[in-house]
Amino acid sequence: MSSMPSIKSREIKIVQDIPISRTLKFWEGLKEGKVYTTKCVKCGKPHFPPVADCPDCLSSEMEWIELSSEVEVETFTHVVIRPTSFQQNKPYTVAIGKLKEDVKVLAWLTGFKMSEIKVGMKAKLVAKITPEGNPTYEFVPFE
Amino acid sequence: MVDLRKVAIVGAGHSKFGNRNDVNVSELAFEAVKPSLEDAGVDAKEIEFMALGTTGAGAWYEELLPAVVVAEYCGLTKAGLIRCEAACASGSAAFFTAYSAIASGKTDVAIAVGLEKMREIDTPTVMEWIGRAGYYLWEFHNFGLTFPAYYALYANAHMAKYGTTEEDLALVAVKNHKYATLNPVAHLRKEITVDDVLSSMVIASPLKLFDCCPVTDGSASLILASEEKVKELKIDTPVWVAGIGYSSGTANLSKRPDYVGLEASVLAAERAYKASGITPNQIDFAEVHDCFTVAEILAYEDIGLCRKGEGAKFLREGQTEIGGKVPMNVDGGLKAKGHPIGTTGCSMIYELTKQLREEAEKGRQVPLKNYVGLAHNVGGTGHYCYVTILRR
Repeated sequence: MSSMPSIKSREIKIVQDIPISRTLKFWEGLKEGKVYTTKCVKCGKPHFPPVADCPDCLSSEMEWIELSSEVEVETFTHVVIRPTSFQQNKPYTVAIGKLKEDVKVLAWLTGFKMSEIKVGMKAKLVAKITPEGNPTYEFVPFE
Repeated sequence: MVDLRKVAIVGAGHSKFGNRNDVNVSELAFEAVKPSLEDAGVDAKEIEFMALGTTGAGAWYEELLPAVVVAEYCGLTKAGLIRCEAACASGSAAFFTAYSAIASGKTDVAIAVGLEKMREIDTPTVMEWIGRAGYYLWEFHNFGLTFPAYYALYANAHMAKYGTTEEDLALVAVKNHKYATLNPVAHLRKEITVDDVLSSMVIASPLKLFDCCPVTDGSASLILASEEKVKELKIDTPVWVAGIGYSSGTANLSKRPDYVGLEASVLAAERAYKASGITPNQIDFAEVHDCFTVAEILAYEDIGLCRKGEGAKFLREGQTEIGGKVPMNVDGGLKAKGHPIGTTGCSMIYELTKQLREEAEKGRQVPLKNYVGLAHNVGGTGHYCYVTILRR
């Protein structure tokens, strides 16, 4: 990394196992083509991303709801210069979309021409499995 | 509320910012700590408490306990130590911590150090670490957001709502590069034009290379003292802490109400004005958080120095240059002075101190009417915010 004299540190590889048991229905749902999230039974507030505990009233009594699919794009960016773990990907577009349930989702926006992508445009939220087999969700054009 | 003691900055030190692969992390800290102690006329052994602002311990540099390492290297061992993390506002968080130790009556002399060494690893890995610094699980894991991309989301929303243009963003870079040429510690000391910015490579649209701060190594150090200690040390130009305000924003950007301003900045500024009894029109000059050009325009609006949506106009009118209403980032800002993440807050406060003592280099000393300066330091993308107001 350096043109100045230096020594290399010892190498470590870090991969964390992130527990998902309390939001498992969300991850399982993605595999079935559905995007679920949680709604607080006590205060009625829907949350995205899904949570096991409500930050508004601190209740832990949640119900699962399936999200509607139409979103209005509030903002977006085309990410050209990518981090290490996304080096194998082509540049991607990230957008934040608002749903009628009054929650917002941040996800990749795919399938649009660059010139079509604008603040205020409509798109469809869909569940998806990546080519590597990981569950995710995206914004895509309506058919 | 209990009465807080008055606290002053009595010493300030700053390393050269840049690609500092000539020094390790301890040596880099020393470059700021030693001159700050000399400036204050305080011996290292007299320092009772050190707060170190840094974020990259074990990530972009190799030490996991940087406060301990720095204390040993700079002769501060036996002082109370703490490492403060508030992302890019870690320096301000460290300053607040040292301030609190004195204001509460617990300590008489403390040191706040900002330190970051970011260039020991490759740039994509730096982008990986900073991209993870939001909500990793929900906004990085599947979507690979980078730090420029977070601010690009705000830029596109601000442009769509208020008609701010890419040329407006470029003007921030042009201004800050101009002042960096006059600041000997700045990283990028080169004037640039609007065309240079517009024709530079796209990083995360609409932000291009010259809309982004560089990856920088650097340190800054401040010695703080109680009023009694100021007298005892016979400090001739103490710079007083008038008030500090802080706030935060959600980790997930998807939980924010809009993308045209940072709520954390608005609240932190309101709280700093309230704590200090100072109003926005009394601010002579400011250091604002311009990690990306758009961030400086958001800052003008969020801290109440111009009306919402009028940041670009305020800039175009030259109101934020020397000779304008409120000169901002006349040290080059994060954009051109550089942004060693955990250092920035202390570097901003160093600059306020220098300006308030009328010690800035030729061509970049601001005119002082009320002798009041403000430092606005954002952590992440409005994840944290600290606003510090100083008065001579």
